Amino acid sequence: MRKVLTLVDRERDGAVRRSACALLTIARRLGEPVAVVDGPADPELIKTLGHFGASEIYCLPESTHADSRIESAESAESAESVRGPQSSASTTAAEPLPLLDSAAATSGSQSAPTATDLLHHLAILLDPAAILITAGYRGQETAARLAIRLDSGIITNAVDVRPGPDNTPIAVQRCLAGSYLVESTVVRGVPVITVRPEAARPEPFPATPAVHTVRVDPSPNPVPSVAATPEPRPDRPPLDQADIVVAGGRGIGSRAAFAVLAEVADALGGAVAGSHTAAELGWVPQEARVGLTGKTVHPRLYFACGISGSVRHRAGMQEAKTVVAIGDDPAAPIFHLADLGVLGDARTILPALLAEIRNRKAL
Amino acid sequence: MKIVVLTKHVPQAIGEVSFAQDLTMDRAAVRCRLEDSDEYAVEQATRVAARRLDVQVTALTMGPSGAVAALRSALALGADEGVHVLDDALHGCDAPATSLVLAAACRRLGFDLIICGTASADGAMSVVPPMLAERLAVPALCYCDWLGTAEDAVLGRRDDGTILEELTAAMPAVVSVTDRSGEPRYPRFEAVAEARHKLIRTWSLAELGIDAAHVGLSAAATAVRRITRPDPQPATVSGSDPQAAAVRIADFLTERQFL
Repeated sequence: MRKVLTLVDRERDGAVRRSACALLTIARRLGEPVAVVDGPADPELIKTLGHFGASEIYCLPESTHADSRIESAESAESAESVRGPQSSASTTAAEPLPLLDSAAATSGSQSAPTATDLLHHLAILLDPAAILITAGYRGQETAARLAIRLDSGIITNAVDVRPGPDNTPIAVQRCLAGSYLVESTVVRGVPVITVRPEAARPEPFPATPAVHTVRVDPSPNPVPSVAATPEPRPDRPPLDQADIVVAGGRGIGSRAAFAVLAEVADALGGAVAGSHTAAELGWVPQEARVGLTGKTVHPRLYFACGISGSVRHRAGMQEAKTVVAIGDDPAAPIFHLADLGVLGDARTILPALLAEIRNRKAL
Repeated sequence: MKIVVLTKHVPQAIGEVSFAQDLTMDRAAVRCRLEDSDEYAVEQATRVAARRLDVQVTALTMGPSGAVAALRSALALGADEGVHVLDDALHGCDAPATSLVLAAACRRLGFDLIICGTASADGAMSVVPPMLAERLAVPALCYCDWLGTAEDAVLGRRDDGTILEELTAAMPAVVSVTDRSGEPRYPRFEAVAEARHKLIRTWSLAELGIDAAHVGLSAAATAVRRITRPDPQPATVSGSDPQAAAVRIADFLTERQFL
């Protein structure tokens, strides 16, 4: 059975994300799941990946792990001086596995190899059936660069991946705002597929992974450096820059009930907003009003509770990527926008949701 | 300083789209407009131009002859000139081939900064910016919510849901900006009228030195097997049991990685 490489998506503290476990589950349909970690592997990580079926783990040695999570590296000038490490990848392809550690010559540079460098190296070494990467900011960039280096076909944002008739993976994408499902295959090179985080549920499949440490040279291409140490977001981000917005309207019922909504927002790390009505009633400050006469927001998640979604409100939030709505009126226009709509009383659902979120975070 | 803005001509209303025999989108059959996210890219380019003396903004597109309308929109929004890569062989290009053609055009134009939108409404692969960067061997700052320039560096800020990152790279570089970067201006009538007189150059593949065998549908590294129209999912669920509803919402938030 051919190997299927999956890039392990991790939190900043190194914890494995759920999506990485889901990738292993998908990889098991296509071949032998192999986890690729762009950093050193600790026992906790090995245990998690093994639990979800990784048969092998490839990781970087401790020393080169400056902070490859954010692909931080040196300036363009010093990168320019490190030439031609990619050629070493093709020479090591002929070497047997135990010699992996000696693959790279020391380049004398401080830069850490990126996930792209590591996957490129392994793709040549192992000739996998496919390379799966979680679709996200870094995942898309890694996949794009990898596809160019390998001269492979790339399919992004797959919502499902399954083996095809001749064992080539078939990836399903949602196109044109989800109105069409497109099934494609890669016909050149190692298929590089980025998979939506929600594409599969991780299914435990305990295995004992073999851990290999690979030394890879960073590519000569300059990568952006992280100028400031990335700081954790403040508790409540400013509304118009917020990634997550939790908004309430008349359906919330009272100022006291609005406090629960604010707690949900805090639990999600989002900003609190209100509809025109909520602001008029004094449940939220005027500057937290979303709509035609208030703020316009572009969050990734807009959580509308007890909001009907009048035209003036929609004017301020229709650019939101994902909309979740709770309301008791099935005819409310907000449900046409919602990716998930819940027909019910926000006043009873919100406390239950708050408990559920706290429960899951405590795990 | 030279800024190249990538623009794309996409279907106006997604509902009207139909597919041709070769499973490519029938672009001639629908009304098209300048891609929304590209308006943000043009806006960022003009904002950089407003702060410096020596900036020239070139809007670049590839596509069928109708795509020139996207360039006109970009010119009305503030770009100085347009370049249209037009060739029959380009039909059905996949993302790597698109980046090959755009990289050749950018090289020919010369650039300090390439600004793109994050993803187009019709394809939404969102991989052309990093592919372009890889081909041109320059850094890529993708998904920036904020863009700024220093004397010879470009700065970007992005938010990946858990942390805020501040990215810096020396120019030349490729940047993709999100729709949180700043609302594009609504062009004044004078700007629209003036845009009609701005220069649009049309380049063919031969002029870019690209072999037609490397682009188009026949050279695509991916093949579409089937296109289906899914039944709309029941997006609305009952919330009569608050506990079950809370679990359903939490599941949804976990699926989409908000938790």
